[in-house]
Amino acid sequence: MEDFDDHKDIREAVRKLCEQFPGEYWRKADAERAYPAEFVKALTDAGYLATLIPEEYGGSGLTLSAAAAVLEEVQRAGCNGAACHAQMYVMGTVLRHGNESQKEKYLPKVASGELRLQAFGVTEPTSGTDTSSIRTFAKREGDHYVVNGQKIWTSRAEYSDLMILLARTTPKDQVAKRTDGLSVFIVDMQEAKKAGLTIRPIRTMMNHSTTEVFFDNVKVPAENLVGEEGKGFRYILSGMNAERILIAAECVGDAKWLIEKASNYAKDRNVFGRPIGANQGIQFPIARAYANMRAAELMVREATRLYESGKDCGAEANMAKMLAADASNEAANACIQTHGGFGFAEEYDVERKFRETRLYQVAPISTNLILSYLSEHVLGMPRSY
Amino acid sequence: MKVLVPVKRVVDANVKVRVKGDGSGVELANVKMAMNPFDEIAVEEAIRLKDAGKVEEIIVVSIGPAQAQETLRTALAMGADRAILVKTDETAEPLGVAKVLKGVVDAEKPGLVILGKQAIDDDANQTGQMLAALLGWAQGTFASKVEINGDKAKVTREVDGGLQTIDLKMPAIVTVDLRLNQPRYASLPNIMKAKKKPLDEKSAADFGADLKPRLKVVKTEEPGGRKAGVKVKDVAELVSSLKSAGVI
Repeated sequence: MEDFDDHKDIREAVRKLCEQFPGEYWRKADAERAYPAEFVKALTDAGYLATLIPEEYGGSGLTLSAAAAVLEEVQRAGCNGAACHAQMYVMGTVLRHGNESQKEKYLPKVASGELRLQAFGVTEPTSGTDTSSIRTFAKREGDHYVVNGQKIWTSRAEYSDLMILLARTTPKDQVAKRTDGLSVFIVDMQEAKKAGLTIRPIRTMMNHSTTEVFFDNVKVPAENLVGEEGKGFRYILSGMNAERILIAAECVGDAKWLIEKASNYAKDRNVFGRPIGANQGIQFPIARAYANMRAAELMVREATRLYESGKDCGAEANMAKMLAADASNEAANACIQTHGGFGFAEEYDVERKFRETRLYQVAPISTNLILSYLSEHVLGMPRSY
Repeated sequence: MKVLVPVKRVVDANVKVRVKGDGSGVELANVKMAMNPFDEIAVEEAIRLKDAGKVEEIIVVSIGPAQAQETLRTALAMGADRAILVKTDETAEPLGVAKVLKGVVDAEKPGLVILGKQAIDDDANQTGQMLAALLGWAQGTFASKVEINGDKAKVTREVDGGLQTIDLKMPAIVTVDLRLNQPRYASLPNIMKAKKKPLDEKSAADFGADLKPRLKVVKTEEPGGRKAGVKVKDVAELVSSLKSAGVI
């Protein structure tokens, strides 16, 4: 498959790096539900996780399309960027809304990998996408805040030094708009673990290092408040388009891996004296998955173009994520079907990718919520939720 | 000391090559290309020598089409200092390439030329040796270890039946084998830096040489497929079938 953009050199180099981490590496990590620490270290050391951090803070200061190219290639090589993709973009909240001393304190160490900032504490058990209903509360007491509450589906919390936390600082019934009164904090998790922060891993259908996190009177210094108190919801929203676009790029990468795997198998596997790929019943689902992947890829590029030119890309970023997640899911289905029984055998890596890419129909935002967004905000239909 | 590293753009090692319909060569259109893996090892070795303080400047040179620039940028991203592209649309043959390289050596005056023992496309394994002959320099081929001490290079060579260690008087040519090192992959900051490193475009004539083909490819064909084997019950049957096949 051809590359269609300008980051050929970056793509080549990422592919080369990923060659060191073949299927066996991921199968072993998957079987043990182990964090792929060596892979994350290699990506960090080669500077890829600092793609978006400005040069003055030790990163490469590149645009979103470069970061998207990195993550797409990681997935396309059969690796799994979910172990560390957030290190690339969670820092965006600090970069855009943090003060100078926060940026100087954290960003260079995030760029070098010395500090891992890849935990994003937003979702709670009683409020999924209904973010304004979160209950975790941060109460100001002198020069610090005291945090109580619980977060869930906090990926990589065990492998993160810092967390970007969204908490209520004013109760919902005391604010004019329900999205007011929420604030963003940088939580030093290593410190917090000593007093009040508990992380409990949740075992899932794939190796994703997700957790639930409990706050029991966790003290956070007031200087760790990002931006203004009460305006956190907007800060979190502003980072979401970048996240959507990057996840969409990962799905495109997954789809490319799956389509290549499926079409190669269809060419090589002989049954009834000819390759199974000679049957249209086998070809068509793969060809359709390819067409849908390409369409999704174009939407990812469109969303990226808008993002990079500073225009609103909410609808495109959401559509890119939905279409790309659909395309990778379709490709996964076609791939496992093409492989027949072998698709279920771990050594083919197909079932692992099938499980991994399924996540993106649900996270970081469920497909239904994207459709609701389009219905309401683009098409002007009544709010449905 | 300067070190010169010639690199070649070849079909990527992971690509299944296809013979062109007319048998004049292999299909190159829309095929993924990459740096010759042996040359990557040569670039890596040059960088290690530089890291060890034995080398001041690494110049990479490629003789090939405009796209060979990408290959040179890859070498620059790994850590080479500057690049020369000797642009040609002719097929690069060992003798023509060696003559151009001699011109580059005369112009740049490196103390050492490190290159792959062969390119994985034509497997000629001639360029380094021809260059040594044209320059009248010492050569250490198939290197699996290289040590530079003053004006001597100690090269361990992989030869049939073992390892041979030789001392070369510098300046010298070293052609590298697979086990010399594990090449690094470029980091993102270095890829960005490489975009700003100098890359000169030249022609063969600039170095007083020409790349006109000296060889004629008569035919290119795919190797015949392997025939299925036979299973034997025991040693006795093995021996008797080997006898009936006339091999023992």
